[in-house]
Amino acid sequence: MNEFLLILGMAGVTFGARYVPLALLRRFTLPDPLRRGLAYVPPVVLMAIVAPAMLLPADNRLDISLGNAYLWAGLFAFAIAWRWKNLLLTIVAGMGLFLLWRLMG
Amino acid sequence: MYTVSPISTPRAEFWAGVRATIPLLIGAAPFGLIFGALALNSGLSLAGAAGFSAIVFAGSAQFIAAGLVASGVSVGFIILTTLIVNLRHALYAATLAPHTAHLPQRWLIPLAFWLTDETFVVVASHYAKKDGSPHKHWYFFGSAIFMYINWQAWTWLGILVGQSIPNPGAWGLDFALVVTFIGMLVPFVANRKMLLAVLVAGVVAVLVNGLPNKMGLMVASLVGVAVGVGLDWLEGKGRGAKNRSEADATRIGESG
Repeated sequence: MNEFLLILGMAGVTFGARYVPLALLRRFTLPDPLRRGLAYVPPVVLMAIVAPAMLLPADNRLDISLGNAYLWAGLFAFAIAWRWKNLLLTIVAGMGLFLLWRLMG
Repeated sequence: MYTVSPISTPRAEFWAGVRATIPLLIGAAPFGLIFGALALNSGLSLAGAAGFSAIVFAGSAQFIAAGLVASGVSVGFIILTTLIVNLRHALYAATLAPHTAHLPQRWLIPLAFWLTDETFVVVASHYAKKDGSPHKHWYFFGSAIFMYINWQAWTWLGILVGQSIPNPGAWGLDFALVVTFIGMLVPFVANRKMLLAVLVAGVVAVLVNGLPNKMGLMVASLVGVAVGVGLDWLEGKGRGAKNRSEADATRIGESG
């Protein structure tokens, strides 16, 4: 394992993904439907990360049992976020229930 | 009387960006901590673990890569996986590009390097406000630099204490990221189209989670965005038809 090469490569592709569109789209503008589509990007990408983390916490196996703290604390966090729209409260309450759930379970 | 933007100086923008990011700093902390703790266990050197956070700076991709290092796959495979996991940042960059188009490279390059999920969401919401402030890149900078410093500090702490904690991965501190992202995504869901796009992305992400290189994330994201665009298009078509029939009615009225 060449660690130096690994870090260099990972940094390169990560920076590339972040920089290339910023640099290219200075000159071009995207067609209008595509531009409006980008408005969906933030919540859609976040959900695509969150949903598998809640439902498939281990080994890519669907787990909807009461023992899955990721699922139930996650649903609780959704409810808190929906009701109060307060990020800090959502993080603290969600994390709190998660740890409690794990202690009980 | 005309309204002046309440935030109009670079300094005020900078600190507003920092303030908006504070909850996210707290959410990222446990995640950075376990990354540091896990990294050495997965076979990275001390410099490697710190280098991941300092030079790559990509939370979830760092975790996945550290896991792959532990499983002994090739460097090329890990780099490819990192690219696929981080392709979502290209969507982020495309979203922000119209707002940063006027900036010189000395701004563009560091802001691109610091573009994380958290900073993106905070900054995209700020750019969406129509307050006419010309200094919003300072807001971006404030959010980004604090996310960066925070991530380095927690990584280091994780590296230091990780040695003395047995099995740091079993604590479930990675849930901090999940709950942070939940808090970030919910305020965006302001209408039915958005709700449907988000739900579809979630279902698809679960269904395709087994794809190699974590490709499922990108697939689910693109499907979700496509659903949104499709619904926009349908709505536009519906409105167009309505306008046409109203126009017809007017014409009929005129002729009658």
